[in-house]
Amino acid sequence: MSRRRHSDEGDAGSQPHKRRRTSEPIEIEDRLESLICRVGEKSTSSLESNLEGLAGVLEADLPNYKGKILRILCAVARLLPEKLTVYTTLVGLLNARNYNFGGEFVEAMIRQLKETLKSNLYSEALYLVRFLNDLVNCHVIAAPSMVAMFENFVSVTQEEDIPQVRSDWYVYAVLSSLPWVGKELYEKKDVEMDRLFNQIEGYLKQRQKTHVPMLQVWTAEKPHPQEEYLDCLWAQVQKLKKDRWQERHILRPYIAFDSVLCEALQHNLPPFTPPAHSDDAVYPMPHVVFRMFDYTDAPEGPVMPGSHSVERFVIEENLHCIIKSHWRERKTCAAQLLSYPGKNKIPLNYHIVEVIFGELFQLPSPPHIDVMYTALLIELCKLQPGSLPQVLAQATEMMYMRLDTMNTICIDRLINWFSHHLSNFQFRWSWDDWADCLTQDIEKPKPKFVKEVLEKCMRLSYHQRIVDIVPPSFSALIPANPVCSYKYEEETECPLPGLAMATTVSNAIKNRASNEEILIVLKDVPNPNQDDDDDEGDGFNPLKIEVFLQTLLHLAAKSFSHSFSALAKFHEVLKNLTDSDEGKLHILRVLYEFWRNHPQMISVLVDKLIRTQIVDCAAVANWIFSPEMAHDFTRFYVWEILHSTIRKMNKHVQKIQKELDEAKEKLEKQQNKKQRDSGDEEDMEKNSEDEEGQLEEQIERLQEKVESAQSEQKNLFLVIFQRFIMLLTEHLVRCETSGVDINTTWYKNCIERLQQIFLMHHVIIQQYMGTLENLLFTAELDHHILAVYQQFCALQL
Amino acid sequence: MSIKLNALFSDSYVDISQYRDQHFKGNRYEQEKLLKQSCTLYVGNLSFYTTEEQVHELFSKSGDVKRIIIGLDKVKKTACGFCFVEYYTRADAENAMRFINGTRLDDRIIRTDWDAGFKEGRQFGRGKSGGQVRDEYRQDYDPARGGYGKLVQKS
Repeated sequence: MSRRRHSDEGDAGSQPHKRRRTSEPIEIEDRLESLICRVGEKSTSSLESNLEGLAGVLEADLPNYKGKILRILCAVARLLPEKLTVYTTLVGLLNARNYNFGGEFVEAMIRQLKETLKSNLYSEALYLVRFLNDLVNCHVIAAPSMVAMFENFVSVTQEEDIPQVRSDWYVYAVLSSLPWVGKELYEKKDVEMDRLFNQIEGYLKQRQKTHVPMLQVWTAEKPHPQEEYLDCLWAQVQKLKKDRWQERHILRPYIAFDSVLCEALQHNLPPFTPPAHSDDAVYPMPHVVFRMFDYTDAPEGPVMPGSHSVERFVIEENLHCIIKSHWRERKTCAAQLLSYPGKNKIPLNYHIVEVIFGELFQLPSPPHIDVMYTALLIELCKLQPGSLPQVLAQATEMMYMRLDTMNTICIDRLINWFSHHLSNFQFRWSWDDWADCLTQDIEKPKPKFVKEVLEKCMRLSYHQRIVDIVPPSFSALIPANPVCSYKYEEETECPLPGLAMATTVSNAIKNRASNEEILIVLKDVPNPNQDDDDDEGDGFNPLKIEVFLQTLLHLAAKSFSHSFSALAKFHEVLKNLTDSDEGKLHILRVLYEFWRNHPQMISVLVDKLIRTQIVDCAAVANWIFSPEMAHDFTRFYVWEILHSTIRKMNKHVQKIQKELDEAKEKLEKQQNKKQRDSGDEEDMEKNSEDEEGQLEEQIERLQEKVESAQSEQKNLFLVIFQRFIMLLTEHLVRCETSGVDINTTWYKNCIERLQQIFLMHHVIIQQYMGTLENLLFTAELDHHILAVYQQFCALQL
Repeated sequence: MSIKLNALFSDSYVDISQYRDQHFKGNRYEQEKLLKQSCTLYVGNLSFYTTEEQVHELFSKSGDVKRIIIGLDKVKKTACGFCFVEYYTRADAENAMRFINGTRLDDRIIRTDWDAGFKEGRQFGRGKSGGQVRDEYRQDYDPARGGYGKLVQKS
């Protein structure tokens, strides 16, 4: 079979047909699955005739395959929300032909809804609620029973002592279904719906919105306010109501079948009580609606729906759903986005670009891995070479213009995206358009952005390339040539202390000296800090570290692999030199001094030093906040190192926790087995007792290991937060006493970096909230700093 | 609760390819098993001048890279246009297959594929002249891969 996997021809949207010749049950089931999943895709026949045909086929298969068909339909309702109305129409047609099947489907859907809510699958639950609502439009479910379910949802707002995010979800479920079903529900039950509206309005008015500033991509309200998601949706639904529920964007295939469907008997939804709140419930976090375009930005062609129009909501929802379904296959994803139904009436490229950046910049984290969005945008450019690159360029230009008010975390992501994107297009960009940044202070957001982008571009290419691609006027923003700085080069006027030793060490290494031999050589290095008591010379000796490490790194400077080999080979020496906390800090200082022009090398070497346990995570944190690093404090690479360090710590804890859980499981299995097998021969019983004993010992050891790791993890966060508080407090006090505005570029950067710690690691940090509140984020703290903590707490309240 | 819809959500970028290492010590089944669990990727169509640093920067976008082994000409011991990238986790390697395979590094579209795992010796090209087999017979001129193919050069 010839396999051309990702064909570049226009065929990207469809999948290979599998024709079945035999009629084995399992193959019929596959065929049913395929037929149902693929209805609505590009076809020579109309959607209506395909739906009609499929309904006929399924009706005929109901006697033998009802269970399977029910399960498939429930699954597409849950997993293919972008094709919602296609499937609700299909269910409507089936219900018209077979009333009992319709009833069973509704019951299955309710069961599924309960399960998704209990399993914290809130976005899937949302799609199910929307599906059930659209079934009202298809005459499968009676409108009054849907309104009753809504009433139960909204009554969650009356529950006491619940997190706000819980009632938020239930209100959101009601509001977000209204674009599909508002008209029908209002026609049948306007009094009840008005009452619901008033309740919702009351709830929204008293909702806490402390979390919003932490989630906004831009701090400025212009040109597009970054609205809290429920506020935006409420405005959209209000407008829809005022327009008497006239909604023209949603594709409604059931309208063509109205004569058939309105003959069908409807089912009542069983009364649905939202599952009670429990401590393991994890509700979706609030979010802010990302907007970067409006109707003034798409110069020709169809007009972009307004920010408070329900069309905007529906389009964005559908595009998000398409990405959610197809993110793993970038060609399919791009093709599906570009074949959005109704695309001729909207500036689709603008919507797509906006939705993609909205996801990329989403706080705390994007729904999918960052690099996916880069790959997706490249595919989109390939499929629409005449139009999409221009929209993308326009978007980039807009984001550059607004860097002054963009959240630092989002700027990081923009830097990564833009540099990676450029590397796929020969770094072609009209840099001259950005010449305005050259007259600004280099720490200001615009020149800083360009500088960091060029640094990242260099990492993907090489220094001379960067010099070649930018105009000469940009030379101040070009990154340093990533060469090392060896302090013991021979020819200097005043030889440094340690120069002779460095030569000795260098020769020893070249002559394949062992770790022991090197340590002996190093014993002769004088200690500038020497205490008289410390005759052995085993105390912290900064000169020893400098001489050895500078020499080693110099010999291994050729590549990453050379350096890694060197660190591995002399692990023993390094361990010996960094026995103390001061030693660990100093090794990082020496490393930085040597490789200060090559931040990428610093990053990978710090990573190796942690993984080989030569330094610990707290040492890296202390080093980053040390006075020596102050001038690099706002550089991107420093924060990449810190977050990478925190992630390693987190993964370490997770790993040991997993080992502990596995050992406990093993013990449990062993004990169950013992119960079952009791009465076996003595030997076997003794063996199993031994095993049990060993396991118990292992569990005890692992338990200690977990506790120790968690303690280290907690300590790491404490160190980091403490240092932030010290730095920020110093700045705030200084500004206050000299009557200067606190909002300097440095301050914005620093406070947003603090926010970033909370956002990037919120799951772990939540475990330590008690300690943080008692020790660090107390009421005595300056309110500017405390506000960050309070906003963080508000994310899950 | 739910069924997995096979017709949806294909993840074809992560599938193993048709390539099997002819020097692999073991049978087809064993090789395939390793490929399906592997955290190591083969990366091909690199320029001879692409550095370990560039590879590290690009492939770090899908996760922490454990190690990179640059492929070498068996005779000259210089880079000959391929490498291995090993991740700590399979999931990170899968994301590289999904989002880095088929994009550019050093202006060239690179290709990634699952590898059964690095073993000493596999860092060398297997072409007769010391480089990769593909550079033995190709007819085109590729300045980033030594110019013409070896066969063309000899004639």
